[in-house]
This record gives sequence, C-alpha cells and structure tokens, in this order.
Amino acid sequence: MIVASRKNIKDLKEMLAQHKRILVLGCGTCVTVCLAGGEREVGMISSALRIAYKLDEEEHQIDELTIERQCENEFFEDAIEAVQSVDAVLSLACGAGVQATAERFPNTPVYAGLDTKFIGILQEQGIWTEKCAACGECVLGEYGGVCPITRCSKSLLNGPCGGAKNGKCEVSPDQDCGWQLIYDRLKAIGQLDRLEEIFSPHDWSKSHEGGCRKIVREDQRIVTKV
Amino acid sequence: MDNFEPKILALCCHYCAYAAADLAGSMRLQYPANVRVLRLPCTGKVDPSYIMTAFEMGIDGVLVAGCLEGGCHFQEGNLRAKKRVGLVRDMLEEAGIEKDRLEMFNLSSAEGPRFAEIVGIMTERIKKLGPSPLRRKLEVSV
Ligand code: SF4
Ligand code: SF4
Repeated sequence: MIVASRKNIKDLKEMLAQHKRILVLGCGTCVTVCLAGGEREVGMISSALRIAYKLDEEEHQIDELTIERQCENEFFEDAIEAVQSVDAVLSLACGAGVQATAERFPNTPVYAGLDTKFIGILQEQGIWTEKCAACGECVLGEYGGVCPITRCSKSLLNGPCGGAKNGKCEVSPDQDCGWQLIYDRLKAIGQLDRLEEIFSPHDWSKSHEGGCRKIVREDQRIVTKV
Repeated sequence: MDNFEPKILALCCHYCAYAAADLAGSMRLQYPANVRVLRLPCTGKVDPSYIMTAFEMGIDGVLVAGCLEGGCHFQEGNLRAKKRVGLVRDMLEEAGIEKDRLEMFNLSSAEGPRFAEIVGIMTERIKKLGPSPLRRKLEVSV
C-alpha cells in the first residue's frame, strides 16, 4: 500500500486560511489502512481545524466526506455535490489521489493534507516500513525477494558495501543492512550461488528518473469513438 | 477568574473508574461537582473523536479514567487509550488548546477516594489554566 502521515494542524490551518468553506476529503483505500486519511482521520483533522479557526475567531465551514478511492475517477460521483458547495478541498489521499481530485475538479483549489511517504507494508501494529521504490523493472527474483534498491541505503545491486555492523546498516544503525537480509534469505532458500553473479547497472530510465511514467493497455481500453 | 467553575468530562471505564465513582458516592466523599461522568465499557472504547468533539463544543478539560495498567478487563484497552490520549494531546496543542487539559488516569474499582482525588487534581489544574480558550470565544456554556 501507499503509506502517508498527517501534516501538522498549524500548517494546514495556514495553508487553507484564504478559504471559508473547506471540504476535508478522505480516501477509503491505502490511507485508510495506514490510518492517515480515512474517515476517522477526516473527523479528527476536521475537528482540530474547526477548533484552530474558532480560536482565531475566523469563520470557516469545514465539511467532511470520505470516498472509496480518490485515484479512480468513477468514485468521485459521490463527492460532486460536496465539492461544488465549498471553496477548496483538503484531500487526505496520497499524492496521486490529491492530483486526481484536482484533475476531476479543475476549478476548485485542492490541497494535500498528508505527506505521502512510500510504498510499504504494515510491519507490525503501528509500524510501517518501505519495501519498494517503484523502480519500473523489478529485480526481486534475483535477490531472494529482498529489494536491494529499497532496503540497501546505497541501493547496491552488487553488495554489500562492507560497512554493516551486527546486521545493521552503516548509514543508520536503526536500519537493517539490506544486504544482510538478502544473504540470510538466499541462504534460507538454498540460493546463495546467486551471489556469484555480477549484475549490470539498473536501467533507471524505467524508474521515475526517466520521467513521469504511463502504462497503456490497449486490451483494457474502451473505444468510444471509431 | 476566581469564581470560575470548570466543566470537565470524565470518560470512565465501567469496570473501574465508574465503579470507583459509585463507591465514592456511597462513601459520601466530597469531590468537586465539576465533572460530568460518561460511562464506557472500557477506556479502549475511547475514540479520539469523542475527545476532540468535546473540546470543539467548549469543554474545559477531559479526563480519561481506566483500570490500573495490567488490570484491564479487556486486557489492554487502557493501554491503547493511553496512547490515543497522547495523540489527541498533540493534536489539541497543534490546534491551540493546552494539552494539559486532557489527562489519562488509572485506578481500580475499590479506589473511591482515589476517584475523588483525581477529580480534585483535574479541577485544580483546569482552574489554574482558566476556561477553555474556545469556550471564551464561543461564549456558550456547555
Ligand atoms: S526491484 Fe524495483 S520494483 Fe522491485 S521491489 Fe525493488 S524498487 Fe520495487
Ligand atoms: S551497510 Fe548494508 S544496507 Fe547499508 S549501505 Fe552497506 S550494504 Fe547497504
């Protein structure tokens, strides 16, 4: 899932100060699961904003709504009325959802209420960790299912760097050495021989480095005009 | 400000604080009449939005009272409540309300006097802080 975390209420208050009627729009998918932008967080952040504005004796109307998904156009159906009755939207979706909302409502200012952090997993209750940098050409198969790009601080494809101590990365002792994890995993699945191979540099043109990406699937497209 | 009588919401767990409040009554203990007690099946039931809404409506202080740590009827509801209270304290502060207006306490059902003491501590604290800055703006009594 995409993992995000909330912005400070003070910053949100300043960001939205020029707008009198604001819709706080939650998203029912990734950010609901990572407890940053679902219905509950919409309620809390809206409450906090109302308090903050009232303290400044500023009249602001804060509406609340959460839709199933902000990154897919069809789900905006439920939000049209609510968006049309406000001056601005504070989207609690990931960066993609915020932009989809802005594209769907071209004349309404849309602001990001979260900081989108990474593609990751719920490691344990209350802890989310990054697992994938969306590099565009997945090499997990060669590394026993541990991503060298994301999990090694230097994204080494032919590691380790030699600086790890007790399984922890030299860049940050809070972080496991990605290459220790790769080694342990390859050993566990009987594929240590993979380490003999020297991998050529990654093709970063397929990552974000190659520009904003797009996937076109002709088999999935609905042709409306011939 | 001398005659300021704060309004405090006490979110009390059925198995401890609520029973303790009952006991304090049976023991005819005097405690400040500033609290409004709301009984919950467990402090684990405390949703941050309950507290935020109370402050939004102008309450001067909120106390969450759950079982002693390790003594929760539902194992760890009180420990979760403690962490949620931490989150709401941060959010309140960011919004401009002193975080000390919200506090979590732990006690057992046998501690009637402790309940009275907690209400006293919280009432004193809120009296020092004065009315909720929001209540002053709202100019309504809750
Ligand atoms: S190799 Fe690329 S696509 Fe695969 S997990 Fe790592 S960053 Fe993600
Ligand atoms: S210590 Fe491990 S994770 Fe850190 S940079 Fe070196 S190889 Fe990568």
